[in-house]
Amino acid sequence: MNEFSRELAGALRLVVTGDPQLWEVIALSLRVSLTAVAIAAAIGLPLGALVGVRRLPFHGAIVVILNTLMGLPPVVVGLVVYLALSASGPLGPLGLLYTPTAMIIAQVLLVMPIIAALTRQVVADLNAEYEEQFRSFGLSVWRAIPALLWDGRFTLLTVLMAGFGRAIAEVGAVLIVGGNINHVTRVMTTTIALETSRGNLSLALALGCVLVLLALAVNAAAALVNHAGQRWAGA
Amino acid sequence: MRSSDKMAGMDRSILAKRLFWLAGAMATWALVAALSAAPAAARDFIVLQSTTSTQNSGLLDAILPIFTARTGIEVRVVAVGTGQALRNARNGDGDVVLVHARAAEDAFVAEGWGIDRRDVMYNDFVVVGPEADPAGVKGAADVLEAFRRIARARAAFASRGDDSGTHKRELALWQAAGVDIAAESGRWYLETGSGMGATLNLAAGVGAYTLTDRATWLSFGNRRGLRLLFEGDPRLFNQYGVIRVNPARHPHVNAEGAKAFVDWLTGPEGQAAIAAYRLNGVQLFFPNAAAR
Repeated sequence: MNEFSRELAGALRLVVTGDPQLWEVIALSLRVSLTAVAIAAAIGLPLGALVGVRRLPFHGAIVVILNTLMGLPPVVVGLVVYLALSASGPLGPLGLLYTPTAMIIAQVLLVMPIIAALTRQVVADLNAEYEEQFRSFGLSVWRAIPALLWDGRFTLLTVLMAGFGRAIAEVGAVLIVGGNINHVTRVMTTTIALETSRGNLSLALALGCVLVLLALAVNAAAALVNHAGQRWAGA
Repeated sequence: MRSSDKMAGMDRSILAKRLFWLAGAMATWALVAALSAAPAAARDFIVLQSTTSTQNSGLLDAILPIFTARTGIEVRVVAVGTGQALRNARNGDGDVVLVHARAAEDAFVAEGWGIDRRDVMYNDFVVVGPEADPAGVKGAADVLEAFRRIARARAAFASRGDDSGTHKRELALWQAAGVDIAAESGRWYLETGSGMGATLNLAAGVGAYTLTDRATWLSFGNRRGLRLLFEGDPRLFNQYGVIRVNPARHPHVNAEGAKAFVDWLTGPEGQAAIAAYRLNGVQLFFPNAAAR
């Protein structure tokens, strides 16, 4: 325990003093996961909203599949993306394997179903509330979807944070497609895995605390935006 | 009241629609930017598929900057087990491999995936286990006797179980010792299916014996009750070899960079750098490339 508190203090000191090595890893973690969430949101929000508003063929099956995909194992996603991006795979010529882009692709696949499934629920609930009004205005589904997404924006921010939590915390996919290459694809979770395998358990745990603080900072920022937005909307 | 609500709703839906298209445009831009970030054909780096022992021990961190300073070629290390390193290289996902399982290396070259295999350096494997040594490994005459004692005592033994160089050697030793290890899996023989570090963590946690390369053992920080119990048998000799991925099979590899790296690693400067690397004053790897 004594060793752990020493390592934690050391890790926090590196954060505060702006240690370039640690900050490089933190910056890449944020860059990869935030980009992945942004792309996943751009696909998942409209997709989820569409399923939430419209009765599609095989609607029940689509909902069950979306909900199931929320639990996709990262290591499986990593393996699939590796096989696709490998030099011998269909997308091999792009040369994306062992790059941050490969990690973003893997995390988009992990996060998109979470955002789509939760958005579907949020939008379906709102739609039940507004459906009659939309009909009386003769609003098409394509015009109703943006209105509903806008109306549910505060709840949907929490949905995006759920997606971000999944992305920033996973190690299985980024380890396989990124390769944990120093200065290129090393992020917080793969660093923690590496230090654990070196038997530096206290250091690994201290870095884990830094990762949690990082997620805390992102969530706090989102909460502030949410709070300010609600006050503005309520005014 | 209701109608003004509705009006506000309409205004907002127009705003929302614009935001919607804006978000779509941003996502498209992000995708295009992400995909166009693909590296150009001429690369100033090579991908080295290597083993966890060379990375965890700090060797590569110590010697690769010397090579990069000399040639301007960056070396990107993917540290996995020997089996996975060779499989990745076979898929063309690497320019050079640095591994330690001679039979698998020779097969890799014989099948045409690799060329120009060279010896680089060696160290040795050691048997570690709980300090109390319930199986009495310490006084064994040779490593086969040590393994037989573990089997006779049915003492917990943690195996890599991951097709790595260390795992291949361990299986060969059990076979030579005449122990049918497959039958004991899940009883006292525990296959972790993970790297050397994870396996040592498990061995330290449950008080199991395990076979490890000396470099990983010396650099390992979580030994707890584990001690080095057996060493020195010639069967524990651990040779590392370097192989270039065959450009005839995978034309996209950085063949020049790979050649420069292999020449440097097996040349005087690389060999001297390997010999100079010390962890807590102990030399971990011994260069033995053939003079060319």
